[in-house]
Amino acid sequence: MDPKTYKFDTLSLHAGYQPSKNAGSRQVPIYQTTSYMFDDVDHAAALFNLERGGHIYSRMSNPTVQVLEERVCALEGGTAALATASGMSAIFLTIMTLCNAGDHMVVSSQLYGGTVNLFRLTLPKFGIKTTFVKPRDTEGFKKAIQPNTKGIFGELVGNPGNELMNMPEVSKIAKEAGIPLIIDSTYQTPYLCRPFEHGADLVVHSLTKWMSGNGSSMAGILVEGGTFDWMQNDKFPSMTEPYEGYHGLSFAEEFGPTAFTMMARAEGMRDMGPCLAPQNAWNILHGLETLSLRMEKHCSNALKMVEYLSNHESVAWVSHASAPGHPDKELAEKILPKGTGSMIAFGIKGGKEAGAAFINNVKLASHLANVGDARTLVIHPASATHSQMDEATLKFAGLSHDMIRLSVGLEDFEDIVNDFEDGFRAAKKPRLVANK
Amino acid sequence: MKFKVRGIDTFASTGGRPFDKNKPLIIFVHGSGLSHMVWVLQTRYFAFRGYSVLAVDLPGHGLSSGESLKTIEEMGNWVGDVIGAVGCKEASLVGHSQGCLVTMECVAQHPEKIKTLTLMGGASAIPMNPELLKLAEESNPKAVDLMMDFAHGPAGHFGGHPVPGLYHLNVGSMIVQNKEIKDTLGVDFRACDNYKNGPEIAKKLDLPTLSILGAQDRMCRLKDGKILADYIKNSEVKIIDDCGHMMLLEEADQTLEILKKFIAEHYPLPS
Repeated sequence: MDPKTYKFDTLSLHAGYQPSKNAGSRQVPIYQTTSYMFDDVDHAAALFNLERGGHIYSRMSNPTVQVLEERVCALEGGTAALATASGMSAIFLTIMTLCNAGDHMVVSSQLYGGTVNLFRLTLPKFGIKTTFVKPRDTEGFKKAIQPNTKGIFGELVGNPGNELMNMPEVSKIAKEAGIPLIIDSTYQTPYLCRPFEHGADLVVHSLTKWMSGNGSSMAGILVEGGTFDWMQNDKFPSMTEPYEGYHGLSFAEEFGPTAFTMMARAEGMRDMGPCLAPQNAWNILHGLETLSLRMEKHCSNALKMVEYLSNHESVAWVSHASAPGHPDKELAEKILPKGTGSMIAFGIKGGKEAGAAFINNVKLASHLANVGDARTLVIHPASATHSQMDEATLKFAGLSHDMIRLSVGLEDFEDIVNDFEDGFRAAKKPRLVANK
Repeated sequence: MKFKVRGIDTFASTGGRPFDKNKPLIIFVHGSGLSHMVWVLQTRYFAFRGYSVLAVDLPGHGLSSGESLKTIEEMGNWVGDVIGAVGCKEASLVGHSQGCLVTMECVAQHPEKIKTLTLMGGASAIPMNPELLKLAEESNPKAVDLMMDFAHGPAGHFGGHPVPGLYHLNVGSMIVQNKEIKDTLGVDFRACDNYKNGPEIAKKLDLPTLSILGAQDRMCRLKDGKILADYIKNSEVKIIDDCGHMMLLEEADQTLEILKKFIAEHYPLPS
């Protein structure tokens, strides 16, 4: 006897949506509206006081966005989800729900540059401090925990260096300390890894990337695993003690495995308002319909690309967890059995100048500040995505000046290779290219 | 709030309002392996409309201490004791699934204390599939997956939670897995399987009673819910279409509307 609940591919097409409640519309409708009619005064009061479910105002929730939230939640195996205007707003909302002024976070050092800046420069303005730890330094995460630490945050596969955080082991450290582990799983999508199955408590995504794949829309999401007991200690009073904003409601008592998301929505979306536009939610939903198919091709193209780059005379080094000799290969095989994703970092011989020439001379690959598009993308992080870091921070984050970040797309592999050959040829003569 | 019942720490959600023993009391009793958290879309409404509510965690469940009670009879008696433990003399009861058997037993043992009875997804007997029972008693998480599958109707399997962002199957699953499966779900399933007094007790009930049934219920099928309602004198029956066993969440609004009307008619606030 086995449960007949829907599986991954079915959920990516159907979860969160019932046509019978939407005029029979097979496709999810775009509810392009700011607000929703109340039945009467009593109904309005009940909605505002979280006595019943429903929509009030699209800053808090929207029916199209709700479908996206439930769909991602179902794919991740979570209890609740909250979509936001971007991946960065999902991270900010998560930290602002988790922490108060005077609190502290332990954070992996290898992150998207914007995330580094958030923890390093912006959150201290709100009294929230961070200790950065190199992703492979598992013991370092333990040592960095202070009495006021409220969580551990990291990207499972770090951007851009592709170093892995040992999520199962770091999760044990977080559990021992009575704090949640928050994973940015943008690079993996739930197709490659479901972090709740490896000990994470909260997951964030930039949905702008592989989840949509179409490069059309910004979006982010917070997903809750329902695994963390907020009442196990006195570290999270905003979750466990009566909350004045809702007549003394205790989120942990009332909502248990969905408490964090309920609070993030009730407080964070109410007060900060980083809501997702319904049109963007709809665009992301379209991408999700083909998530499995795209991720398979992303990963197979990436494997071929690792082999091609590893054997190329112009390439000094290649970092991808599938690459022979990668320090995290064994860990990756354990927690990413379907593939290690389509992000590759490589060093080009000739350093920064050669890197610039390469990027200026590829035509098919797009030079832009995004990853996870269906198209192949390239960038030189030290001069773009991570350019706001000083030399020491760049080094600590594992970035070098010869590094090119490659997001392998779905094009025919031979076409990508032909394009790269043009880039490598130009990189051998950087001065000539620079003078063109 | 936390209080003592038979000397054991007991938790009940009061729906976000301070408990007031002078207000009419409604007690909500959860189903097998679950906790007070399933009632949030009913309890807060009544708590903010002049009632005192207690969505109890049965012993050993949710945030309550102690060990799970082994029989439906013991659970029914325990719910009766809750009323006195909080300084009240009477209450209306609302039960879901196993909670229907428990609340019926409570009425049978404490008839003077109970004013109305609402049975959601009930039946006069809940025999368990032997394989499911075995899995639960072995703490196998597959028992929870099967329970979530059976408990939700076809629509619930797709989603569409009344609270934006929540996903039915996984919320229920995590509530159950909050405790050791064999100590809550396993004990509860065994208690349901052993309980045979349902039909006799139902025939003796003599108080305003409402049955809310899901047309697509696979845990306590619609026809079994109707048989139970037929046993009960003057029982009112409401059927929610396109809804499984978890009507209190799957169709929370409809469930609340039905319950509101019944409570307003049979257990009104003092004027």
